[in-house]
This record gives sequence, C-alpha cells and structure tokens, in this order.
Amino acid sequence: MIAATDTSVASASLPMTKALNAGLRQALLDDPKVLLMGEDIGPLGGVFRVTEGLIAEFGDKRVLDTPLAESGIIGTAIGLALRGFRPVCEIQFDGFVFPGFDQITSQLSRMRNRHEGGVIMPVVIRIPYGGHIGSIEHHQESPEAYFAHTPGLRVVSPSNPHDAYWMMQEAIKSDDPVIFFEPKSRYWPKGEVRFGESGTPLHASRVALEGTDVTVVGHGAMVSVLLQAAELAQAEGISLEVIDLRSISPIDYGPILGSVQKTGRLIVTQEAPGFVSVGSEIAATVAERAFYTLEAPVLRVSGFDTPFPPAAVETHFLPSPDRVLEAVDRVLAY
Amino acid sequence: MSATRNDATAPVSAAPTSIAPATAAPAAFGLDGSATCVRMISPAGVFEPNAAAEAFVPYLDRLTEADHRRFYRDMVVVRKFDTEAANLQRQGQLALWVPSHGQEAAQVGSAHASRPQDHVFPSYREHVVGMIRGLDVVDILRMLRGVTLGGWVPEEHGNFHLYTLVLASQTLHSTGYAMGMQLDGSTATGNPETDQAVIVYYGDGASSQGDANEALVFAASYQTPQVFFLQNNHWAISVPVSRQSRTPLYLRAQGFGMPGTQVDGNDVLASFAVTAKSMDDARAGLGPSLIEALTYRVGAHTTADDPTKYRDPAELAYWVARDPILRFRSYLQGRGIEQEFLDAVDEEAADFAADTRTRALEITGPERSVIFDNVYAEPHPLVAEQKAWLERYEASFDEDKNR
Repeated sequence: MIAATDTSVASASLPMTKALNAGLRQALLDDPKVLLMGEDIGPLGGVFRVTEGLIAEFGDKRVLDTPLAESGIIGTAIGLALRGFRPVCEIQFDGFVFPGFDQITSQLSRMRNRHEGGVIMPVVIRIPYGGHIGSIEHHQESPEAYFAHTPGLRVVSPSNPHDAYWMMQEAIKSDDPVIFFEPKSRYWPKGEVRFGESGTPLHASRVALEGTDVTVVGHGAMVSVLLQAAELAQAEGISLEVIDLRSISPIDYGPILGSVQKTGRLIVTQEAPGFVSVGSEIAATVAERAFYTLEAPVLRVSGFDTPFPPAAVETHFLPSPDRVLEAVDRVLAY
Repeated sequence: MSATRNDATAPVSAAPTSIAPATAAPAAFGLDGSATCVRMISPAGVFEPNAAAEAFVPYLDRLTEADHRRFYRDMVVVRKFDTEAANLQRQGQLALWVPSHGQEAAQVGSAHASRPQDHVFPSYREHVVGMIRGLDVVDILRMLRGVTLGGWVPEEHGNFHLYTLVLASQTLHSTGYAMGMQLDGSTATGNPETDQAVIVYYGDGASSQGDANEALVFAASYQTPQVFFLQNNHWAISVPVSRQSRTPLYLRAQGFGMPGTQVDGNDVLASFAVTAKSMDDARAGLGPSLIEALTYRVGAHTTADDPTKYRDPAELAYWVARDPILRFRSYLQGRGIEQEFLDAVDEEAADFAADTRTRALEITGPERSVIFDNVYAEPHPLVAEQKAWLERYEASFDEDKNR
C-alpha cells in the first residue's frame, strides 16, 4: 500500500500529482458524499498516479473504476449528483474527453438551469491536458476553450502544486460543475504545498511575478514558460508582470486590468490554438475596458491553428519563452 | 509526401444497388402469434395468457378491481388530453406537441408497477407516466409552450424526472442515480416497502445511441437496481425500427448480461406484470433488466411531422385494430363492468381535457430574469453583469418614454 501524503505538517515539497492526491484525499475525508470515478483510477492509481492509494484507504464505494466509456462516466456522474453525491471524474487524457462532450455540454452544464434552480450539479471533471510531454496524438491537447464557451460550467487550471492542492478542494466544494484542467507537463516538478493555508476563492487570478513594462497572462503550464521569459527579459532590462489566470471561466479581470493600468501593454498566451480562444476573449475584454491605458495592441502568443503536431516538432508549435519575448519586443516597439 | 487516396473520381454505377434496405413492414406485424412476446389479453379483449406470460401471471394477483378501473381511466384520460394538447399546438398555443396516442397501455401498465419510493426517468412522450406519478400535466405544457426548459423538481413530483430531449441521455442519468441508491444503501435491504429502484423510458430510435448502450454496460457492470423500459413504437420519426436493429431489441439485453423480456405493449396487464417483476427484482438486489414493449406510434412523431409520407396505411390499420384502450375496454366488459363507469370515465376525460386547455391558456411568464437565474448555483460575475446590463438597457426605454 502506498503511504498517504502526510498533511499534518505545515508544508511539504511535492510534485503536482501528489498535491492533487492530497487534495482529493482531504475532500474524501471531509465529505462522505465525495466519490472518485474514472478509468484505471483504482489499484493502478490512474495513469498519472494522481489517485494512488485512495482506493486502498477509502474502498471501492468511494473510488470507482468505471467501464471504459467517457460519456458513461459523465452521464452516470450526473445521475449520482442528482442523487446527492459529489462525483470527481477523471478523464484519462485531454483528447479523450470528447466522447463525453455531449453529456458535459448538453446535460451537465444545463441541469441546474433546466430544473429552475431545483438541483445543484457538484461534479468535477479532471482532465490532464497540454503538451511538452512528447506523446502521441490525442495526448497533448488544450481543449479548454470549448468548455469555457459553455454556459453553466466553471473551468480552472492550476499552475503549481500548492494551487493544485487547494483548488481541487474548492472545486469539489463548488455546487456548480467544474472542469479542472491539470497541466501534464507540470505534474512532476516539485513545489511547496502549504497545507494549512486557505481562504482564496476558486476563481481568483494572481500576480505570479510583479513587473512594470509588459503584462503577460497565461494559465496552467504557460505560467512557468512566462516566468522563464520574465527571467530572460530581466537580463535585458525588461520587466514583465506575470499573471496566472487560475480560472478560465469565469475570468477574474481585477489583477489583469490592474496590471495593464500599470504597464499599458498586454500579451495573452496559451498552448491552445489562438483562434476563438481564451486569450482572444481576454484581449477583447481588455480592449473594451482599458482602451485608453493601452500603449500597444494586445498580442496573442498561442499554439498554431493546426492539429497538435507530431511530438518531434511540438517545440515549434508550443509557445516558448523566446516566442513570448518576440511578442514582448513587438509590443515595446509601439 | 503521400498521394491522396480518397479523391478518386470513379464513376458511380448508372444503376446503383441499394445498401441493405430497411424493411418498411415491421416484423411485429406477426405479433399476434409470437411465442416470445408476453401477452395476457387477446386483441379481442379475452384474457388468455400465452406461454411466455406464464411466469408473470402471478403478478396480476396484486391488482384489485379498483386498479383495473384506474388503468382504464388513466388510458382514456391521457388519450383525450393528448388530443387536446395537439389541438392547442395547432392553434398556436404550444410550440410543439409530442403525441402518445397508441402507447397508453405500455406507459400506464409500467408506471403502475413503480412504487412511490422509486425514481422515473422519462424520455419525452411519457405524459401519463408523469400523471400517475403525481405531476400536473400543465407542467409538461409549460415546457412545450416555451416558458421553461424543464419546469419541475422531481422529488416534489413523484420522483418523476425531467423530460430529456437529446435521445438516450437520460439512460445514463438513471443508471448513475441507481448507482447512488446502491451507494447510499436505499435498495436491496430486503424491505420491499422501502427499497428503491429506477425505471428509465427510451425508444427504438434511442436504442441506437451510444449513451443507451453505455448505460446498459454500466448498469450490468454495477448491477444497478434498474429497469430499462424500451417502448418500441416502430418508428423513429420516419425511419422504421428495422434500420435501428436487425434483431429484436429485447435480445440485446443478453449481450449486456441482463434479462430481457418482450411484452405486448398494447396490453396494459402484460405491461404491468412484466414491469412489476422487473422492478421487484431490481429492488431486491437482483440487478437490472430490459423490457421491450411492442407498441405503435399511431400519431405523428410530433406536430411537425407527416407520417403519411412514409408509412403504409395497412400497417397503421393493423395497429389501430390492436388499440390498447379498445382492447382493455372489451376485457372489462367481458368481466361485466357497468356502462355507467365507462361513460363516467369519458366524461372525466372530457372535463380533464377542458380543464387542461383552460389552465394552459392561463400559463404566464416567465420574467426575462430567467435568462440569467440558475445558470450557476454560486455567484458568477459575467452572468451577473449581463443581467444588470439588460435591466439598465430595458429601463433606458422607460426613461425615453418619461422624457
């Protein structure tokens, strides 16, 4: 049996997989209505081992290995939620969510509205997403815009182990469905998790690094790319302010607008294709709300508008620190 | 660079042969002599259970004379209501109507086999099931009048869940719900008065959907307390059941690992008995089962449909001759039911329909705020902002007027 993460200590250095595991475990301990369900999440602990040890501790009535059918997982989770449970579904990879897309967008997102408020839909859908892991087709995608476009859903993505720990618990406590995008490429780097800390709302974005010249915004794995870019820029005497969105729907515009007031320049970034994307939405909103403070057009640094390419060329597809800095040069040229 | 392989401009044969045509005449044309389809009452109204019915006959013992009268009453009332609702649609009072004409016995028999503690997941044509569970039919009309997307809370209306318009989506919800009954210990305790089960309604068209098949997989896998009640009304809008399945649908159950039973869905007693056994088994922890009720959509799919374009009049005539209400009335008359009762039911049905019409025309609302209310349970800044904006926008016209 795998030893559970010791959360009695004030803090620990953990990879995101272990932080998520600790968050799920705490939620299972806190509320007997919380259930985990998905493919291979039982004895295997999930293909990324996020649920490792949980079936041993909580049993197969709390941690359900399901048949291999994503629509079935989401559809039965809706029924369980109608019954009063709080299911947390694991989708094995980003590209495998689409067999369940109809149940998410036509059913899960609308159940409360259709019942005129008579029910809650506390379902969390965990989706490991994004590139940088050198894998095969359907294993490296960033489909968050589809879900952000669907009214009734909340969409979040942590960028680091500490946020993963508390955001998972907050998502499970939410009475609304939450699509929880886990950045695969950030699963393994360790970071400090402060177990006792709480009190941050699920949809609060944050300033990850203060700066003065250009505001750069991203979520999930992009945040570490932006921090690397900021370090490189600093060497050239350019100060980037990095905003970690954390929440993709709704978007917390406070820190973004506050930062743009200061810098007058904004770059939005994402691994996903840029066309009709989360970054496009932020660019439009900032143009509406902060037009007179902008010194330059809002630029997007995104994946290309192509299918995610073969892994051998993914570094050319994914926004890198250098691609961010190229955009920084362009906004500073105004 | 590879050559494109599928853009060939190969000539299409001048006389292409059809790919596996759907047979227009349903196999169930031969229903009367079927050895596998459970039947209690002959089309002439005579109680003569066939061999397939043997195991189910004892379930009829729990029916009283009052139950028989109730079954008849429910079928007649909903037929009249159904006609009235279609009229309301024709008069522009409903956006759409979904007729249940012809399927009354399958629905009334199965609905009365559920107990108060059970949960019912309908498709969108089970009006009488809702009535039996305690739903006010005007709540159904509210949805079809376009003032709500759903309109009732199941737990406050006989555990009758909302209509689901995307075919077969509800089969998975029902299976998840039944899993919940297992997980919270509300079923298979040995007490039939409190043990719970789920019945879900879907049709021959929906049986082709992936969700219907995934629901059967999950139900069999977890052995949920659940009955899949498949009304085979032989037509998915204009497409005959032979395009959905080349095997009788009840036989699919075996492939999923659960019992499957075919029942004459125009025989209310057979529909009751088969469902009663399946629901009893489900509550007792014996797992899920599938019932295929052979019936017929006598009317159109909806008021937007025209079945004369695709159906053989002879087929319609065959089924009309097996009308569920006429059959049960003949049966009751054979048992000596008094004409006064039958007349009183007709009168009640007419009153019910008239009252429904009156109350349908009185439906009001909704306020425009429903656009925003209940999209989320917890505060959502974007939706709140847009709600406030719409109010300001609308108010701006009032100011113009007051200027």
